[in-house]
Formats: sequence, structure tokens, C-alpha cells
Amino acid sequence: MFLIPNAVVRFFHRMASPPHFYAFTDKVMPWLIIIFVLLTGFGLYGGLYLAPADYQQGDSYRIIYIHVPSAWMSLFIYMVMAISGAIGLVWRIKLAEIVAISSAPIGASFTFIALFTGSLWGKPMWGTWWVWDARLTSELILLFLYLGVIGLYGAIDDKRVASKAVAILALVGVVNIPIIHYSVEWWNTLHQGPTVTKMDKPSIHISMLIPLLLMALSFKFYYLIALIQRIRIELLQRERNAQWVKTKVLEQN
Amino acid sequence: MSLFYAFLAIIKRDLLLAVRRRTEIANPLLFFILVITLFPLGIGAQPHLLQAIAPGIIWVSALLAAMLSLDSLFRSDFDDGSLEQILLSPYPTSILVLAKIIAHWLVTGLPLLIVAPLLAVFLGMPTQSLGVLLLTLLLGTPVLSLIGAIGVALTVGLRRGGMILSLLVLPLYVPVLIFAGNAVEMAGSGLPVDAQINILISMLCLSLVLAPWPTAAALKMSVN
Amino acid sequence: MSLEQFLSMGGYGFYVWTSYGVTFLVLLANIIIPIMQRKQFFVKASKKQRQSL
Repeated sequence: MFLIPNAVVRFFHRMASPPHFYAFTDKVMPWLIIIFVLLTGFGLYGGLYLAPADYQQGDSYRIIYIHVPSAWMSLFIYMVMAISGAIGLVWRIKLAEIVAISSAPIGASFTFIALFTGSLWGKPMWGTWWVWDARLTSELILLFLYLGVIGLYGAIDDKRVASKAVAILALVGVVNIPIIHYSVEWWNTLHQGPTVTKMDKPSIHISMLIPLLLMALSFKFYYLIALIQRIRIELLQRERNAQWVKTKVLEQN
Repeated sequence: MSLFYAFLAIIKRDLLLAVRRRTEIANPLLFFILVITLFPLGIGAQPHLLQAIAPGIIWVSALLAAMLSLDSLFRSDFDDGSLEQILLSPYPTSILVLAKIIAHWLVTGLPLLIVAPLLAVFLGMPTQSLGVLLLTLLLGTPVLSLIGAIGVALTVGLRRGGMILSLLVLPLYVPVLIFAGNAVEMAGSGLPVDAQINILISMLCLSLVLAPWPTAAALKMSVN
Repeated sequence: MSLEQFLSMGGYGFYVWTSYGVTFLVLLANIIIPIMQRKQFFVKASKKQRQSL
């Protein structure tokens, strides 16, 4: 503990208190939006316009700029969900619980986007909308895991209990995700012919890589923005009898 | 009273209860047989087709039967309050929960092994894969019970937990299905299946050690 | 490169623009839904406050 400067510790203590956090998000939101718009603008300009067409896949490869970052986000958000769930479980920090459950719909959306764009990319490349490719399949199972989390949270009326249940489920999922991923990969290599190897990563050219990284970063900022929006409504609803929410309501009129 | 004695006492009690309520043993078993009977009716009775997909059919049906039987794992104890007694006892909850899961598997999982050869014959599976089928069921169904217990523990307090339980549990069953189904299929064509069996063994060890913890934590959460 | 060329994406326009469009809609919905919920919350809460006053 004494390795961390006092100011940082104080910052985190304050952030864990709902009214402070709410006020803080008001201040950072414009900056987050500006960074997000800039990153997305440059990323899309570089990806859709500047980058050359792929010599094998033509222009269809440009789906990569949303497909791959979404797939990354789907895993990243699951990790965030599990870690913040664990923090909420161990230290009973309300905000960590809320971060965990607010992440779930966003993560599910990214998983859906990864699947949907993957299917749209697969149609011209592989000739079908869906192949039981290892990565697509484990992404589909990840979507089910997300839906399980959302469903469980919705099914339990007491939201503090529901947060605990979600945290336990997310942690079990984290242990299982690598097992599921590798077993699906192993299953696929036994069953499928070489139709998929077209997708084997060729070393990607720098003019294609930079927009990809920009988009990946932009999605991270999008996640922050969307997460804050969800946290705010969740905070307001859970704390609706607290004084700071009541004054907020008065201010709104 | 030592921990080991408490462990055995729970197993004994649950087995006794199961013997008195025999339908609980019979239901998953009947379900297993019925689902497998439905497949030839649904896809036609061509022997080669059935033979080709027999390992998958048997394993998917076993998966569904295991999942449907899960609800009885904690339900009656939750309703009559004995679950609270278990949680309040001085012994570690995870160990006692493990005893309950083992008893439950003996009642609902083990019978599947006994009827599986019969069903394999129904579907015309080659005889050399019968042994492997039994072995995968022996190793795989306990894993299903252990993982399923986490899901039941999370949903036991809910009035309509059934649908949500399947959503929670089925994705986690995927690895078992993949390796067990594949082992049976490989055995049918006379290939070695050591790798799959070893992986199933390690999954069993892993879930034996890890699954009782979250189950105990979830039960504490559900009972409060 | 003309706009038409850009939009046709070498013949893959349908696939590329559908995926970008759906992504945009899903991401937009994820922002708009919580904002709408917040508005609704404030409307309801202020009604309640006025009643209790």
C-alpha cells in the first residue's frame, strides 16, 4: 500500500463514492468524446480510403477495421467484467459491482458485432454466411456467456445479490474461456478441411496496421463512454433514495 | 463428528432420499432414452447415417439429461431448510457440497452408463467403441454434475430458474461434449483415443477441485 | 477515386457497408438507451418529489 502515492489512493477512494464519481464523469465526458471522434475519424479515413485494397481479398478485407477490434473488445470487456466483479465480491465496493454488470451489455454488443461482421466477411470470402470455424464458434459461445450474465442479473430482484451472482458467474466463465477456446480450436482442426487457411495471417502491411490499431483504440474509448452512460443510470436507480440523487433531480427541474 | 463422517453422512442421506423417491432416478433416464428414440424418427432410419452421428446423439442427449436432472440437486433441501443447516454447520461448505454432488451423480449420472450400451446398439454403433463410450460417460458426466452445480446454486433461489439455468450451464459444457464425442467417434474407426481420455481425466480433476468453491459461495448468496 | 468507386468497394460494397452500418447502429443504441433511461428516471423522480412536497 505504501508504494502507491497518497494522492492516488485518495483519488480512488473518492471515485468509489457515487456522487463524486457522478460529478467526475460529467467533467471527463466531453474529452472522451473528442478523443473518440478523432481516433475514429482518422482510423476510418486511413482504413477505408488511404489503405490499399488487399491483393487477395480486394476491398472486402476492409471489414477487418471493425471486425477485429470488436473481437478484441469482446474478450477485453469480459476480463474487465470478471475482474471488477471479483473486486466487488472481495471488497464490497459498490462501484465495482456496477462496472461489472454495466459492462455486460456492451460486451455482448461487441461480440454480436464481431459475429455479424465475420459472417458478412465470410460470405464473399468463403462462400457461406457461416462456417464452424474455431474462432467464430468460440465467439458464439462467448456471446452465450454474456447473455447468461445479463439473464441472471435480470432474473434476481435484489440487485446487490444479483451483482454477487454475476461476479461468481463471470469468474467461472473466465476459468472456462481458455478451456472452451482451445477445445473448440482442437475440435475444428480435426473436422475441417483447409477452407479456413485463407484467413491465416499474412504479415499485415503498415498502412493497414495503423488504421487497425487506431480503430482498436477508438473502440476502447467508445467502451469508456458507453460504460459511463450505463453506470450513471445504474447509480441513479440504486441510490434513488440518497440525498445526492434528490438534489440532482431538483437541479434538473 | 469428523469431516469425513459428515461427508459420508450427507451422501448416505441423499441416497436414502433418492431410493424413497424413485421417480427422481427414473426421470432423467427415461428422458435420455426418449430423446435418443426421437432422433431416428426425426432424421430417418438409414443405418449408415445413424451410425455416423450416434456418438454425437448419445452425448448430446446425456448432456440434456444431466442438465434437466440438475434442478433436483438443491431444490428440496432449499425448500425444507436443510440447505441452511448445511451452510451453518462447522464444516467447510465446499466439502459438504461436494458430497451432495457425488450423491446426485450416483443417482442421476451413473444410471446413464447402464442404459448407454443398449442405446448404442439401437443406433448401430460399432462394438469396439462401446468401451470408450462407457469410459467417456464415466469421466464426463461427473464433470457435468460439478459444473452444473454452480449454475443450480446460482439459480436455486429463483422461482423460474429453469430457462436461465440452461443458458448458464450449456456453454460451459462445450469442452466435455467436444472431447467425449470425438473420442467415441475416433474409437469407432479404430483410432487411438488416449489424448481425449487424458484430457477428460484432467477436466474431471480440475472441476473436482475448483467447482465446489463457487458452488458454496453461490449457495451462501442464494440462501441469504 | 470517385465517390461511386469508393461506395462500390470493388464490388464488395454491400458486405462492407452493411457491416459498418450495423456496427454503427448497435454502438449508437448502446449510448442512446442509457441516456433515454436517465431522462425517464429524472422525469419520474421529479414527479415523485413534487408529490411528496
